[in-house]
Amino acid sequence: MNFFILSLIKAGIIAFVFLTALAYLQWIERKVIGHIQLRVGPYRVGPHGLLQPLADVVKLITKEGVLPSHVNKFFYLLAPFLAVTLALISISVLPFGPQITIGSVTTWMQLTDLNVGILFVIAISSVGVYGVALGGWASNNKYALLGGLRSSAQMISYELPLALAVAAPLLLANTLSFREMVNYQSGYWLGFIPRWNIFPEILGFIVFLIAAFAETNRIPFDLPEAENELVAGFHTEYSSMSFAAFFMAEYANMVTVTAVATLLFLGGWQPPFPEPYSDFVPIAIFGLAGLVALYHGLNPARRMDKFTLPGAALLFLGIAALFGATFFLPVLKPILMALFWFCGKILVLLFVFIWVRGTLPRFRYDQLMRFAWIVLFPLAMFNLLVTGLAVALSSK
Amino acid sequence: MPTSVPTSWYLILSAILFGLGVAGFIFRRNIITVFMSIELMLNAVNLTFVTFSYTLKQVDGHIFSFFVMVVAAAEAAVGLAIILTVFKNRGTLMIDDVSSMKY
Amino acid sequence: MTALIFFLFAGIAVFCGISLVAQTHPIASALSLIGVMGSLAILYLQLGGEFIAAAQMIVYAGAIMVLFVFVIMLLNAGAEGTSLRVSAFAKYLGMFLLVAFLGLISFIIQAMLPRTEGVVFGAFKGGTTADVGMKLFTVYLLPFEVTSVLILIAILGAIVLARKEI
Repeated sequence: MNFFILSLIKAGIIAFVFLTALAYLQWIERKVIGHIQLRVGPYRVGPHGLLQPLADVVKLITKEGVLPSHVNKFFYLLAPFLAVTLALISISVLPFGPQITIGSVTTWMQLTDLNVGILFVIAISSVGVYGVALGGWASNNKYALLGGLRSSAQMISYELPLALAVAAPLLLANTLSFREMVNYQSGYWLGFIPRWNIFPEILGFIVFLIAAFAETNRIPFDLPEAENELVAGFHTEYSSMSFAAFFMAEYANMVTVTAVATLLFLGGWQPPFPEPYSDFVPIAIFGLAGLVALYHGLNPARRMDKFTLPGAALLFLGIAALFGATFFLPVLKPILMALFWFCGKILVLLFVFIWVRGTLPRFRYDQLMRFAWIVLFPLAMFNLLVTGLAVALSSK
Repeated sequence: MPTSVPTSWYLILSAILFGLGVAGFIFRRNIITVFMSIELMLNAVNLTFVTFSYTLKQVDGHIFSFFVMVVAAAEAAVGLAIILTVFKNRGTLMIDDVSSMKY
Repeated sequence: MTALIFFLFAGIAVFCGISLVAQTHPIASALSLIGVMGSLAILYLQLGGEFIAAAQMIVYAGAIMVLFVFVIMLLNAGAEGTSLRVSAFAKYLGMFLLVAFLGLISFIIQAMLPRTEGVVFGAFKGGTTADVGMKLFTVYLLPFEVTSVLILIAILGAIVLARKEI
């Protein structure tokens, strides 16, 4: 098939799935935070608040976009556009799965593979600060300006440990391409320990994760939008779709950074168990979830559970059956298995992000800077030195 | 429309950017903009290095432009620190107002 | 295709370069410079310098220019005033002379260089990260080490200058 048509189809699928997933990520976050704080979270719109993202999108689109009179109009309108574009662009080099064959078409589950894919993602994320900084500056508001200033200082500081932590697995795998990175991590030590980079690089992984929290402006490093100091930080003056763009950029950055962590440290789509056993895991998980939902649907604790939970049970059992069908349809198997493990790892990391948000208080600004330069940077440097030494000594 | 352009056009682009950098260096009066004009000139030089690297099919040009980048980074750090100090002492960024040796 | 990409990004680069010189506000100039750097990175990719393109984005656009924007925002630098009186005649004459000068240089470059064959994307594959690293750590090892000393001095200088006492 024509290269352009194939790329267009892939881009369309990825854009559609990714944007929907971003909307639902917000639902997941509100639910998880709600349960951490012993609330139920969104519950009114649709069963268990499942239609809440849709309602939010409709609300944000139909709201009036206010253009304050005291702003620098060009940069004010450019900033959210810049933020969301730069946040979405790096998804184009991330692989979701291995090479697949559908009918006569053989393709990778990835838009494009760059030789310098990892550098590309770092470059885009380092440019991504302009959206926030410009938005804060163009708003012509002291709180927004402080938010923008904090954000740019924080992002240049945490860029260093992030890049140094990324460099260590690159030394091990001797490549800059995501595909070869994941291929390097296939296989098992002693037959059961997966050869993921997280085991030799556990220090690097921790440094990467902490720096990723700061790069995405998440709690405990969300100084640019600290409510009790800066009203709403850099997006104080924004409303309607331009506000939604900043919001979307934050979630897209979160997904990107967790996907990069998965690809570099957690083996991408490689399953954690050897081949025949790992195939049963999704069936077991979804089957169990379906059975639990069915049990609670038959013994309803609340009024609406009679209708919603059997529906959920049907969905989960259907997915389990789909995974069961992969034993008879070899075409489906690489697609579904890769997607399951990749998305599962990303979801676990995203849950950690949300969990930390529900648990930790915010840093003070001087603590934030001191932590980056005195703790994180030397740790990342040490990790890189040890890895380099080990690679140099082990290679002939 | 030609399907490909000769390497000399890249050099011309580089010369134009360098000329613009010189013009900005001379015409502008804000210290920061003057500094950015210098960065523009360095970028234009980098393009020349990479173009010659392509023409000669050798990687050395890339390494030269890499060194230029490193030096530019060091220069930006020191230069912006100087600009901050000047602003702290004189309260202005206009080059014409910072003409006396001793305040 | 190669020519199309060249004209597109060369156009953006020249437009942003003019905008850098013509804009009065430093933030606008800084963003124009980022535009120049981004389009130059794409031209580097076209010339087979994939590592140098990524380094251009990371070092120039992602670190140096963020520092510039940070300082401009920190000092809250406004637009340049018109303190210096320049007559309209001198302004237009200057512009004309600049264009004439650039045209002359372009003509000289075009005339001096022999007719070369067109740039083809993928004709030079020696610019990968591995190649650059090989050369950097063998032939250019001494300059590389010297640069690290230079950076150390720059860090010290920046810290000394940024202290409160001066």
